[in-house]
Amino acid sequence: MAVASVRRNGNANPLLKFLRQQGADFYLPIIGVIGFLVVWQILSSIKILSLPGPIQVFADERSRYLIFHPFYYNSPLDQGLARQTLISLTRVAQGYGLAAIVGITLGILVGTSKALNKSLDPIFQFLRMVAPLAWVPISLAALRQNEPAAIFVIFITSIWPILINTAVGVREIPQDYKNVSRVLRLSKKTFFLKILLPSALPYIFTGLRIAIGLAWLAIIAAEIVMSGVAGIGFFIWDAYQQNYVTEIIVAVVYIGAIGLILDRLVGFLQSKIAPANR
Amino acid sequence: MISQGNQAMTTPAAVVSAESFLRLEQVSKVYPTKKGPFTVLTDITLDIQAGEFICVIGHSGCGKTTLLNMVSGFVRPTTGEVRLKGQPIKEPGPDRMVVFQNYALLPWLTAAENVYLAVDAVWPKKSRPQKMAIVREHLAMVGLAEAANRYPAQLSGGMKQRVAIARALAIRPEILILDEPFGALDAITKEELQEELLSIWQKHRCTVLMITHDIDEALFLADRLVMMTNGPAAKIGEIMTIPFPRPRDRERILEDPTYYQLRNDALDFLYRRYHLDEEAE
Repeated sequence: MAVASVRRNGNANPLLKFLRQQGADFYLPIIGVIGFLVVWQILSSIKILSLPGPIQVFADERSRYLIFHPFYYNSPLDQGLARQTLISLTRVAQGYGLAAIVGITLGILVGTSKALNKSLDPIFQFLRMVAPLAWVPISLAALRQNEPAAIFVIFITSIWPILINTAVGVREIPQDYKNVSRVLRLSKKTFFLKILLPSALPYIFTGLRIAIGLAWLAIIAAEIVMSGVAGIGFFIWDAYQQNYVTEIIVAVVYIGAIGLILDRLVGFLQSKIAPANR
Repeated sequence: MISQGNQAMTTPAAVVSAESFLRLEQVSKVYPTKKGPFTVLTDITLDIQAGEFICVIGHSGCGKTTLLNMVSGFVRPTTGEVRLKGQPIKEPGPDRMVVFQNYALLPWLTAAENVYLAVDAVWPKKSRPQKMAIVREHLAMVGLAEAANRYPAQLSGGMKQRVAIARALAIRPEILILDEPFGALDAITKEELQEELLSIWQKHRCTVLMITHDIDEALFLADRLVMMTNGPAAKIGEIMTIPFPRPRDRERILEDPTYYQLRNDALDFLYRRYHLDEEAE
């Protein structure tokens, strides 16, 4: 026993030890990604998929240029993918920000007032079922310009989870806390700041986290339909029209990565501002 | 005046002059249900003097909590009236502060902030340093000066209950209402807190109304013990006066033969005359 443990400790190079401990967390995802790329390559090599494989994406001159020049700029519709992504993100920030402000405010009102809840809930439940793409023509018809219409599509797609979760959070304030407020006769303002808001915060963040994913999905859909606006969604549509499939694949990698980062970002804020159990 | 009971009854009911400090008069509580009206409490008349320590005991479902909620104002009686210094109680208020069964501390506020919230609500015009001094004084009183900046999740059950008691006492209530405050605590913490509560009460002399399940606790703490009959339609069965002199010393009380006589009377009431048939529940 003693000898074995000494030997084990003696061999323990700190880096190896770290890798052994992190092993499963570290290697398995990498193995998964490599496996996925290999399968994709094989499928496209034996022509089951008519898509180019990862090697072609990397070898193709146009997509290779895109990969290595994310910030080039020729004209509004011909610029690097990082720039295109940034333009789309700006729209998301505006639509999502607006959805957060309106959604949390309305959610608090609906959560506090039973009458308001009963009268508005059917409309909310109905509207939230409308797909982002279905809002595009309505939005264009109503606002007549691409830019505000795109922002509105993000707003209307991402507001529902924020609104509904906030309302649930407000309704679920524990009775104990309400009793404390009643016995102390807290002012409306104190109740709002010290009890309602902190109590509903975890729910609000759940809504915000679902909504950020939806907002990002919606902007791609909106840009694809609204031709002539710069952004990563339109970039894909444009590349498709010209049959540059490798370019599309590079852009899709960007979209996935940004979506993941956005989700983790809100998740990080959530863990900082509204920790799950304190 | 009071529904008189047995041998232990020596309450000088005649002391009640014009109107006692707290008076429950012919109070009942009926809840409408699908199967028809459900009477929780009926025919409750009780007079409590300022500064008295009252314990309420009874089997679960006998409406003890409803009784206290009518004093705190969370529940309005169906018939009858609860009056504090002659004024009918209509809603909750900080003059009748409650120590809730599960502490009801706000988890996003530290111990000190929880107490401060109450102090600030009751005395909004006091300066912040004044209010902070009150907070510190009361946390120190329950022995939690060190834990002032900890969140409830970082406190043990006994410490949380201490914060809740500090919060309640910091706003100088006329009546302190405690709903089974020590029920969830281990025996040692429970005895410690009973002694602390008693010494604090000795200094402040507010009126205390406390629900308990524990006969020994009631005999140690209370001036009078209100024993409830079983629900539904529970009444006050007996009121036992506990004559031990104050300040009370647990060991001295345990040596007193009266203690065992009172204890037997209470046990007899709860487990023989009003035995709760668990099957029937």
